Amino acid sequence: MRDSILPLRADALRYSVDGRALIDGVSLTIEPGAFAVVLGPNGAGKSLLLRLLHGMLSPTSGKVTWANGVNGDLRRRQAMVFQRPVLLRRSVEANIAYALGALGVPRRQRADMIDLALTRAGLEDSRRVQARLLSVGEQQRLTVARALACEPDIMFLDEPTASLDPASVQRIETLLSDANARGMAVVLVTHDVGQARRLGRDIVFLHGGRLAEQSSADAFFDTPRSRVARAYLAGEIIV
Amino acid sequence: MSSRLAKFWLLFMAISAAACSPPAVAAERDYIILQSTTSTQNSGLLRYLIPKFRKKTGIDVRVVAVGTGQALKNGRNGDGDVLLVHARSAEERFVAAGFGVGRRDVMYNDFVVVGPRTDPARIGDLSDVASAFAKISARLAPFVSRGDESGTHIRERALWEAAGIDPERASGAWYREAGSGMGATLNAAVGMGAYTLTDRGTWVGFRNKADLKILVEGDPRLFNPYGIILVNPARHPHVNAAGGSAFIAWLTGPEGRAAIGSYRLNGERLFHPLVHR
Amino acid sequence: MHDLQAAFQLAFRLIFTGDADLMEIIGLSMGVSLTAVLLACVIGMILGAAAGVLRFPGRPAVIIFLNALMGLPPVVVGLGVYLLLSRAGPLGVFGLLYTPTAMIVAQTILVTPIVAALTRQVVEDLYEEYDEQLRSLGVSGVGLVRTLLWDARFSLITVALAGFGRAVAEVGAVMIVGGNIDHLTRVMTTAIALETSKGNLALALALGIILVGISLIVNGAVSILGGRTGRPRHA
Repeated sequence: MRDSILPLRADALRYSVDGRALIDGVSLTIEPGAFAVVLGPNGAGKSLLLRLLHGMLSPTSGKVTWANGVNGDLRRRQAMVFQRPVLLRRSVEANIAYALGALGVPRRQRADMIDLALTRAGLEDSRRVQARLLSVGEQQRLTVARALACEPDIMFLDEPTASLDPASVQRIETLLSDANARGMAVVLVTHDVGQARRLGRDIVFLHGGRLAEQSSADAFFDTPRSRVARAYLAGEIIV
Repeated sequence: MSSRLAKFWLLFMAISAAACSPPAVAAERDYIILQSTTSTQNSGLLRYLIPKFRKKTGIDVRVVAVGTGQALKNGRNGDGDVLLVHARSAEERFVAAGFGVGRRDVMYNDFVVVGPRTDPARIGDLSDVASAFAKISARLAPFVSRGDESGTHIRERALWEAAGIDPERASGAWYREAGSGMGATLNAAVGMGAYTLTDRGTWVGFRNKADLKILVEGDPRLFNPYGIILVNPARHPHVNAAGGSAFIAWLTGPEGRAAIGSYRLNGERLFHPLVHR
Repeated sequence: MHDLQAAFQLAFRLIFTGDADLMEIIGLSMGVSLTAVLLACVIGMILGAAAGVLRFPGRPAVIIFLNALMGLPPVVVGLGVYLLLSRAGPLGVFGLLYTPTAMIVAQTILVTPIVAALTRQVVEDLYEEYDEQLRSLGVSGVGLVRTLLWDARFSLITVALAGFGRAVAEVGAVMIVGGNIDHLTRVMTTAIALETSKGNLALALALGIILVGISLIVNGAVSILGGRTGRPRHA
């Protein structure tokens, strides 16, 4: 069992564009095996926060640190899934193979990892099908399977099941909770409060680029402390 | 992907090798490049002569058929071994400037004035070509000029001068400068129903005469001699002087003269050999 | 149009009797243009992909320039290559003028900007779509260009066909640098020009019909071999 790259710590993250702070002083910690759901109204900065944590963007100030100052090539240990599935024009299995290759997995090891990923996602029968010919739900299942193939320590997801049919939503949620049960941390951005209740163990609530509230899921849904969170859960529009 | 890369490199090396292969040294080349006019090509004369020469000497003749003006320019640049053109004064200037050597007379044919059957300028019964040009100008009848510094164009300009007319003033009106070879110019004349000056060889072989016909011929000023020049090897060492000289000698010698004289197109004799004096 | 009918009949006769001169001319046309397109694709697709992906100062100007070069007149390219390869020119010592090699050079120069400009657009559009996901996977540089080019392969086939169309149809460049020499540098388009100048309009048209037919065959073959089929499943 290799060392995890978690806990992930964000310290006073700030991200400004043209003088406006889109993320303003966010600090949090993600422990190994955590399942954190990021909630908040539109424009709160949820997607931005995800990208800062994943390392795709550099913060204007503040820093993101991994376990024991782990640095360097973290690509294999984290993965990200986006709202719309991005797949290459090749077969289902070739898409997974490509990702493994890009992450530096030796060729010998890839076949088994691909098989496992396909089985878990229920896509073995489609392995040779052109990925772009799959339905949207299957495509997104594939991107999750692709992200899981490398057994990362942490996965970031940006509204992965928005506009998918319920069956696909369910299958993907199962994939995530199974992987989480195996020890993978998940940071999930969603608009679906029901999904947040089903999956989340910790809630990170953002508003206006700031961390308005952070607590366990039970505490958050039973007794939300901040006014904004209460309004959000009540279904009000928050400006 | 690596095999695609390999193929690319192979192709790249092959092409580089081909491009960089040592240039054919003049003495080793078994061909000459002949810069000539569209009239000698379109009339079929060169196609008739070249196999005879090749059979005799084993030397191939590669013909680049452009106008006299361009042929002389190419000769100045050294992009050819021999020039066969028909503009005496331009040829002599070429040699005087040191670009060519060994100019010899080869053959002659004649120019004719062709025009629409209806002959609006009424030149069909004239034997004096300068008068014919004067009538065309007076009538503002459409006339198509080569306009390309070719031998034909140079002669045409001389004829306008002899008639005391400056057609350039009417350029774009009744005087249309096509800037083209003889064939394209004839096509234009047919399309416009216009008059034009052409060499007989091109005319006889031309298959799109429509309703144009020869209206003026036989005037001594329509005499059209051809000259052959070797591109100066002192100036351009790569010139195939041996091959070029062989061609000139053959063409102006008894065999070449006989061949020229025996060439027929549609039963007509187009070119008459000259003996160089 | 009597000429047109005669032209079609002549075209069929030339093809079915396997006229030797015609076969030679077709062979040279294909050889010159296909080689030029191949070279242009190698150079142009890499250039275009790089321009689509890299960000550097002056990039908009480079793109405008590249697009403008698509309109390079063939006769101007021919003139430029002639000046380069002429004995009086800088590369004259190679003696390449009036050879098929010169024609390949000229057509490559003509086609490369087309391939590069169109590739740039195709790759840039794809890059927009893939950017975040590929960055998440840590793909960059040469690997990024390779991935984008391979994924764009169907569009790039069309780009290559556009280049081929341009090459096989032009006459200005090959005429000047090739000289339209019989049995050496005469291709379909220069043969058409020559027959037209001899007033052989029916023959010229026939050659033109054959040229269009060849272009159809090439496009058809590429479509069959490389085309993608399949419609998305619905679930």
